[in-house]
Amino acid sequence: MFQKILIANRGEIAIRIMKTCQKLNIKTVAVYSDADKAAPHVKEADESYFVGGSRVNESYLNIDKIISVAKETQVDAIHPGYGLLSENSQFAKRCEEEGLTFIGPSPTAIEKMGSKIEARQTMEKAGIPTIPGTSTSVDSVDEAVKIAKEIGYPVMLKASHGGGGIGMQRVDDEEALKKAFESNSKRAEQFFGTGTMFLEKVIENAHHIEIQILADHHGNTVHLFERECSIQRRHQKIVEEAPSPLLTEETRFKMGDMAVKAAEAIHYTNAGTIEFLVDEKQNFYFLEMNTRLQVEHPVTEEITGIDLVEEQINIAAGQKLPFKQEDLSIDGHAIEVRIYAEDPNTFFPSPGQITELQLPSGDGIRHDIAIENNMTVTPFYDPMIGKLIVRGSTREEAIKKLNQALLDYEIKGIKTNIPLLQRIASHEAFHKGLTRTSFITEQLN
Amino acid sequence: MKNVLANMAGNVWKIVVKEGDQVTAGDDVVILESMKMEIPISAETSGTVKELKVAEGDFVNEGDVLLVIE
Repeated sequence: MFQKILIANRGEIAIRIMKTCQKLNIKTVAVYSDADKAAPHVKEADESYFVGGSRVNESYLNIDKIISVAKETQVDAIHPGYGLLSENSQFAKRCEEEGLTFIGPSPTAIEKMGSKIEARQTMEKAGIPTIPGTSTSVDSVDEAVKIAKEIGYPVMLKASHGGGGIGMQRVDDEEALKKAFESNSKRAEQFFGTGTMFLEKVIENAHHIEIQILADHHGNTVHLFERECSIQRRHQKIVEEAPSPLLTEETRFKMGDMAVKAAEAIHYTNAGTIEFLVDEKQNFYFLEMNTRLQVEHPVTEEITGIDLVEEQINIAAGQKLPFKQEDLSIDGHAIEVRIYAEDPNTFFPSPGQITELQLPSGDGIRHDIAIENNMTVTPFYDPMIGKLIVRGSTREEAIKKLNQALLDYEIKGIKTNIPLLQRIASHEAFHKGLTRTSFITEQLN
Repeated sequence: MKNVLANMAGNVWKIVVKEGDQVTAGDDVVILESMKMEIPISAETSGTVKELKVAEGDFVNEGDVLLVIE
């Protein structure tokens, strides 16, 4: 087993990983940037090292610097968390070359799932349904119009090299497509350096549901059921729950089985998540695979009783999974909400100093956070400053706890999305489980 | 004279215009960047850019004046 692990990340996930390391008696090494000198994750670690400027490419994405800290501190392994270097196959490869264990899948698996087009082809080969759409990028309006006619409106227009929802738009007819193609292509060119786009059929009334999988190096792969992550703003998740209120037992079984097959098809190891869009007739389509720990992994932990970070570490150390599929079951219901430092109406970021912080507490309430009183939330990183997770024996009980916890949650000095989360948690449609991806625009505006 | 204001706190990522430029209402003039989000700020009125109040890389608060259009 590992003696010491470097955590190549920051914020709540760095602290979350350190907590499991402490439980397993593994020493931890943190890295930090200029802006994070006094950050909570620096204090939580056994040792901390400065790796560069506030911008991520100078620090948290600085592979050479992070590797050199890992060598100097003689760690056995590196946990990348999520985001940052977690899905960078070059980094995973470099760790291997330097004799460090990368806590995650192989560089080949990361590469395969990193390319949207290759991932799609791999999944089709494994017999998993994918969303009808283009398998290569489209660079002219005429071509886009032709393809849209084939797959049928409405279609989703996306920037090939896009992210964060920029260059992404739903169009309902040819006229709208022509207009949207011009403007989104121009914007994509300005932001990402290339204006090529791709098209996908819009799955109406879709839910975003993903399957958590774990696979060891001894040929064992299991799934840990689903997470429903439909409620999003700016195409980013804000509320996640497990199990999903939409899925029937039959679909749950089918999707879990498919996810295991998909993972096996690419000889996947460690923790991974296969994302699907599911319509209200229980049809499901592969969206993408995330080859890392997910932000919303706590809801799975809460309903299965399994520490996913512990399993990741054990798998990376070469151990066999301690359970089989038939040993796993769902117990209770868990909901996570992401706390963002942002305006609850415009969703614009709101960095600044926290002047007051009071967290709700009680049975079934968990906080994965990296904020404290008087600390400054800087403009350099993701606006997510913490996660509130509640667990109940039923969905109703979990929702009740969530509403109370959100009322008791107090952050002053910066704007947060808590008012928005309160509106969602108390909404009738949410109570009924009508958590489509269009929830915010349909139910709250 | 019309002030163009920052609608969020963050860093000035790009200034798309320079003093003396003619702009039309709706044109992007500055792009702000905060917490991995880039927000283009557009001119609300047409006119000439009279004065730039910020430089690329500056930190601005919500409501700060970015530039003046005449």
